[in-house]
Amino acid sequence: MSFFEVKEISKRFGGLMAVGGVSFQVERGEIFGLIGPNGSGKTTIFNLINQYFPLTAGDIFFKDESIKGLKTYKICHLGIGRTFQVVKPLKRMTVLENVVASAFCRVNTFKEAQNLALEMLDFCNLLPDKDKFASSLPIAGRKRLEITRALATKPELLLLDETAAGLNTAELDEAIELIQRIRARGVTIIIVEHIMKVIMTISDRIHAINYGETIAEGTPEEVANDKEVIKAYLGEESYA
Amino acid sequence: MKRKQVIPAIIAAFFILFPLIVKSDYYQHLVILALMWVVIGGSWNLLAGYTGQVSFGHAVFFGIGAYTAGILTTKVGISAWWGMAFGGFTGALVGLLIGWICFRLRGPYFALATIAAGEIFRLIATNWESLTDGMVGILIIQSFRSKLPYYYLALALAVASIWVFDLVMKSKLGFYFVSIREDQDAAESLGINATLYKNISLLISSFFTGMAGAFYMNYMAFIDPEVVFSLHYISIMAILVGIIGGVATIWGPAVGAFIMIGIQETFRSALFGLAPKWVSQSHVLVFGLLVIFVILFMANGVVGDWPKIKRLFVRNR
Repeated sequence: MSFFEVKEISKRFGGLMAVGGVSFQVERGEIFGLIGPNGSGKTTIFNLINQYFPLTAGDIFFKDESIKGLKTYKICHLGIGRTFQVVKPLKRMTVLENVVASAFCRVNTFKEAQNLALEMLDFCNLLPDKDKFASSLPIAGRKRLEITRALATKPELLLLDETAAGLNTAELDEAIELIQRIRARGVTIIIVEHIMKVIMTISDRIHAINYGETIAEGTPEEVANDKEVIKAYLGEESYA
Repeated sequence: MKRKQVIPAIIAAFFILFPLIVKSDYYQHLVILALMWVVIGGSWNLLAGYTGQVSFGHAVFFGIGAYTAGILTTKVGISAWWGMAFGGFTGALVGLLIGWICFRLRGPYFALATIAAGEIFRLIATNWESLTDGMVGILIIQSFRSKLPYYYLALALAVASIWVFDLVMKSKLGFYFVSIREDQDAAESLGINATLYKNISLLISSFFTGMAGAFYMNYMAFIDPEVVFSLHYISIMAILVGIIGGVATIWGPAVGAFIMIGIQETFRSALFGLAPKWVSQSHVLVFGLLVIFVILFMANGVVGDWPKIKRLFVRNR
């Protein structure tokens, strides 16, 4: 079996099928891209993986164990970290305190937590901002703080939800470089992203969905040339 | 000694020597009450200020602690001082019960549930006459005529509570509490079991409030449900002590306790007998005005906005 597997997962909100029977497998060390137009269910899949919402149907396996029905905090302890698309910094805490709080996931004393936090801040180039309040960071810094915080929980699998949205060109390059360095540490990554430059550059494989259903999966080139994907993003061919 | 050590040393010396210098029973009594409120205000602050779970029901734990001490004397026949040992635990036990039920609710709904809990326990204490003697209340005989033992006990309790709260807030627990206050969903995704840690916060908070209640029974020697389970005199007072002193600061509730007791007594005694009698009825009104003032001008309380206050005075000089 694979490192991480999503099997026929569905999520229904009342009459709306937000995700309908999506399956994919992620291998250890991979960067796995998840794309789709707005409202196609990408973030919902993340919310299903870390059990923020209960599954309507299907199952999710992490290292051959089903994680269905576990509590959100338990998922983190198992080694699945996530960032939020709408960033959730702990505003009235400093950047360092934010990361220390998440580092306590793996260590128990303040000293160890602080060391781990400083190491992660350094890794993500946030060290100069460590004493600022999280609420005072610009959006690029907040996105980076999300990643730093998730890394401080020492995940084996990291779910990145639109960490590049709202960044300028220079910041985008930094973000791409950071994601590649995270993978180099041995962390497997599933990334949701709208900015094609990012997702096409860094993904090993891409899974495309629309209206909560799979429309394509393959290498970035295969997916970019897939008829269904082009249709989902650009509309019918006759308009072209 | 550096300046940073001098000020705490002076404060410590002041409190240790106070009852030896000021012999007046009346002033000693006021400081004993203020020290007791340091404990209750600090407990409330741990749960509401740091963990973000605003409680309007701290009278429950205070009352349970007080009744534990009282009932040990009237029903079990042992000294009410045993209440000091057990009051914290019964308070914490009830805290767990309330947490187990009420932490299913978030934010304002939790706050409303704590109001209900407060009223429920007041009614139980009023109506379970075979255990509590209802509205007759519990009267015991004070162990000491001098105020000194009570004073030093209250001081020890206040110091111990501040020490514990400070220790907690510098540890993993403290970071988890604040994370939950700031964003419970983000906290959960960072591996924090929010329900568990909210209950731990409530447990510590209700333990110290219960201890304060047991102390009150021993010191005042009389309790009834309308006093120790009072929404107005205990639950709201705990909130005022926290807000005026400074929410989510270690020293805030301590400062707030002395301010609140000071104001309460100044008005209750009608400006120490100098003002007409109707002034003595107005202390609640003054509390209201004070809260409005604090919210408008010092949202972080006296301690939280201390730099702001300091600047004000420096500029005027």
